[in-house]
Amino acid sequence: MRLELRDITKRFPGVLANDRISISADRGKVLGMLGENGAGKTTLMNILSGLYKPDSGQIFIDETERTFGDPVAAIEAGVGMVHQHFMLVPVFDVVEAVALGAETTKDALGTFDRAAARKRIVELSERYKLDVDPDARIESLPVGVRQRVEILKALYRRSDILVLDEPSAVLTPYETEELYAIIRSLAADGTTIIFITHKLNEVLEVADDIVVLRRGRVAGTADPKTATRQELANMMVGRDVELIVPKGPAKPGEVVLSIEQLFVRDDRLEMAVNGVDLEVRAGEIVAVAGVQGNGQTELVEAITGLRTPDSGAISIGGKRTEKWGPRQVSNLGVAHIPEDRGRDGLISPMTIAENYILDTYHEAPYSRNGVLNLKVVRERAAQGVKDFDIRTPSIDTYAGALSGGNQQKVVVAREFSVPVQLVIAAQPTRGLDVGSIEYIHRRLVEQRDAGAAIVIVSTELDEVLAVGDRIAVMYAGRIVGILAGDDATYENLGLLMGGATYGEGTAA
Amino acid sequence: MKRVGPLLRRILVPVLSVLTALLLGGVVIILTDFDNLQKIGTDPLGTLGGAVQGVLNAYGAMLAGAFGDPNRIITALQTGNAADIARAIRPLTETLVSTTPLIFVGLAVSISFRAGMFNIGGDGQLMIGALAATASAIALNGVIPAWLILIATIAIATLAGAAWGFVPGFLKARTGAHEVITTIMLNYIASLFVFFILTTSPALRAAGSTTPVSKQLSSIVDVPNLINLPTIRLDFGFVVALLMAVAVSWLLFRTTKGFELRAAGFSSTAARYAGMSAGGSMMLAMSLSGGLAGMAGGFLVIGTVGQLSLDLSGGIGFNAIALALLAGLRPSGVVVSALLFGALTQGGKRMGIDTGIPFDLLLFIMALVIMFVAAPGLIRSIWRVRVAKPAPEIAQVSSESAGTV
Ligand SMILES: Nc1ncnc2c1ncn2[C@@H]1O[C@H](COP(=O)(O)OP(=O)(O)O)[C@@H](O)[C@H]1O
Ligand SMILES: [Mg+2]
Repeated sequence: MRLELRDITKRFPGVLANDRISISADRGKVLGMLGENGAGKTTLMNILSGLYKPDSGQIFIDETERTFGDPVAAIEAGVGMVHQHFMLVPVFDVVEAVALGAETTKDALGTFDRAAARKRIVELSERYKLDVDPDARIESLPVGVRQRVEILKALYRRSDILVLDEPSAVLTPYETEELYAIIRSLAADGTTIIFITHKLNEVLEVADDIVVLRRGRVAGTADPKTATRQELANMMVGRDVELIVPKGPAKPGEVVLSIEQLFVRDDRLEMAVNGVDLEVRAGEIVAVAGVQGNGQTELVEAITGLRTPDSGAISIGGKRTEKWGPRQVSNLGVAHIPEDRGRDGLISPMTIAENYILDTYHEAPYSRNGVLNLKVVRERAAQGVKDFDIRTPSIDTYAGALSGGNQQKVVVAREFSVPVQLVIAAQPTRGLDVGSIEYIHRRLVEQRDAGAAIVIVSTELDEVLAVGDRIAVMYAGRIVGILAGDDATYENLGLLMGGATYGEGTAA
Repeated sequence: MKRVGPLLRRILVPVLSVLTALLLGGVVIILTDFDNLQKIGTDPLGTLGGAVQGVLNAYGAMLAGAFGDPNRIITALQTGNAADIARAIRPLTETLVSTTPLIFVGLAVSISFRAGMFNIGGDGQLMIGALAATASAIALNGVIPAWLILIATIAIATLAGAAWGFVPGFLKARTGAHEVITTIMLNYIASLFVFFILTTSPALRAAGSTTPVSKQLSSIVDVPNLINLPTIRLDFGFVVALLMAVAVSWLLFRTTKGFELRAAGFSSTAARYAGMSAGGSMMLAMSLSGGLAGMAGGFLVIGTVGQLSLDLSGGIGFNAIALALLAGLRPSGVVVSALLFGALTQGGKRMGIDTGIPFDLLLFIMALVIMFVAAPGLIRSIWRVRVAKPAPEIAQVSSESAGTV
């Protein structure tokens, strides 16, 4: 066995982050590590890479026990880690960033032998098809390439145990495919890889073995050749979950949201939405798919009144709203679930009850003549907590103290506490675990069936495919194709998201 | 540690901070008592006794200076002699006199902080309020009855302070100009403007005076006293200050405007997403804040002091920032903290007279209190208690100021 962790335990104040976890991985194999947020994956890998000391447990490399006092010792033993949040110096070029701390020197004075370093980097980059320009500055590189620089950095230090902590979180589907190819070629060369994720498809795609963590423990192991998504999801959550919320066919009614030739500029005054036309009807869910940064954010802001479009028309329920502010739009019965719930959807240092009335506080029954009716506020908030199964000690708990899933439930509970005709949900399940995703999707489908028009903006193909009755793909500020939910596949959506235009015949 | 009630948990850090600061103050008293320390070689036990005695004397004098001597108050009340009673209760009433403007300005600071605005301009808003009250009292003299002048001057002082506070609120909302800079600058402008008026305006300036002070206003208008005894200055300004605490608490926690103000203070983007006008909240909060400070200035010139002078505010604006933080930006806390600061101020004077320990020791103690409140981790490790995280509103203000000041 190339690598074995045995009975690793790590306790943080109040949390048992790792509870006697044992895993092992062979030379040239990819171990997929699956687990919800907070399951303890990063902690375990930080122990392997020498950043944390375990409270107890052993690390074996090639059957010999090792203890790593610090990351340098782990690197010397061959462990390389690509962190969830990258750690590169932005003003360095690739050669400097990769060689930093492991410089080859050419004389007694310790002068950096740039030429030698560059040569090795080019070799490595070519051998594993990393496709990195050695002279580019880090800050000019897209995240996907920066990640490959991190991989280069590990390889440069001759790591042959490579840990990738949630690498796909920042990648487009296409970049993820490229990453799989890199992983496969590294494994073929004998590198042991630990691939961490909370996405089911990814482990099934790339892993040779799967280990599932739940609440700091190993919940089970699985063989990717035989395991199903359902089994893995149940193992991860600890109960039976519905990966695709059951829903009947859509019964589209009147047009509720209609957008014509919409142009919107972003903060840098660049045109971010470049002539969008879109209609969404009552009783249907339109999913807007696309890689982050293709104008979805600005589109949502324009619809919800947060950003004034350059030109074009937006109608909601027959009213022209493109010049309206957020309050006016919301008064029409438009629910908005913002992309960044921590920053825009909630006020973390305010209580759940206060967040529950954040955009309805000025209306009856919460207030009259400018005076709040705290009794009613508390009653309704308590009801919302109950109806939406928000796990909290009380309605007086600060919203910031809740888990991500429960925070999102507060937002959804608030937005659905008044009758809505249109729901704009931006990345409604980003960062949430399988159980919370199931819950949020269920509520969105419920609103659809009650007759609301729903727009879900998401970068997750799984989400788009699971809930979209129709799927619109956004690329470079335009909608480049609209597919019926039944016709959409990973492949055709992936192509459209990468900028390919779809044949007119198949576009619905 | 046992689970403690929310109120106790909230006041644990401030109370322990005050206690720790007083203990450290005691250490300083001992270490600076050189006469006593010199004996340490020959008479160590005596030195120890002397040290304890020194601290007890100092803090005893402080307590007596702040609240008076209970025995004396009882005896005086029994004899019924007005002069005796006045002398016995005067320390307590003087403490309340110093407390009054601290409550007003402490509330002012709390409102602005709640809305995410770091208002350093309390002094300037107070001076402008005081100037407006002085000018209007002189202008209205003889025109309308004195009781109407009283109401009019306080109202005008409040409006003038509000206008002075509105300016930085408006500048921030419209142009993003940072309120810390603008309020500091407006403080200079306010005090120089008052100086200018007092040196150039024959209508306001006291005739024949060599220093820039206004005419005595007590012959025109005076805030009625709470207790009618000679030398007792405590007046209805104190009652109004308490009423304002109730009003501010109601505004912040029971009204939609207060809700908007707090929401915008925590997160202006979330407030915008919720359809609120963050700029409106800034301007409202700064106007209310300036209004309260202006009101303090009004009560000072036509009540306590009876005259406008350049040192009228005496750094109240700055102390008010400290006590608002100590109070966790809660109006009830502001009243208690203002009382504490008022008591320390009055008691410190008496301690200086009785024991020769300089008043600066009190400033040292106040500074320590603020430091401990700002660093609850320190209190936690000193007293080995588990304390709640700092109230988020304080955390918010201090992180905001750390980033921008
Ligand atoms: N440095 C730390 N201090 C305290 N608690 C931590 C720390 N790092 C992680 N935790 C806690 O340990 C648990 C596991 O976290 P983590 O290993 O990051 O999970 P994952 O990577 O699977 O999402 C979580 O409850 C987290 O809050
Ligand atoms: Mg992690």
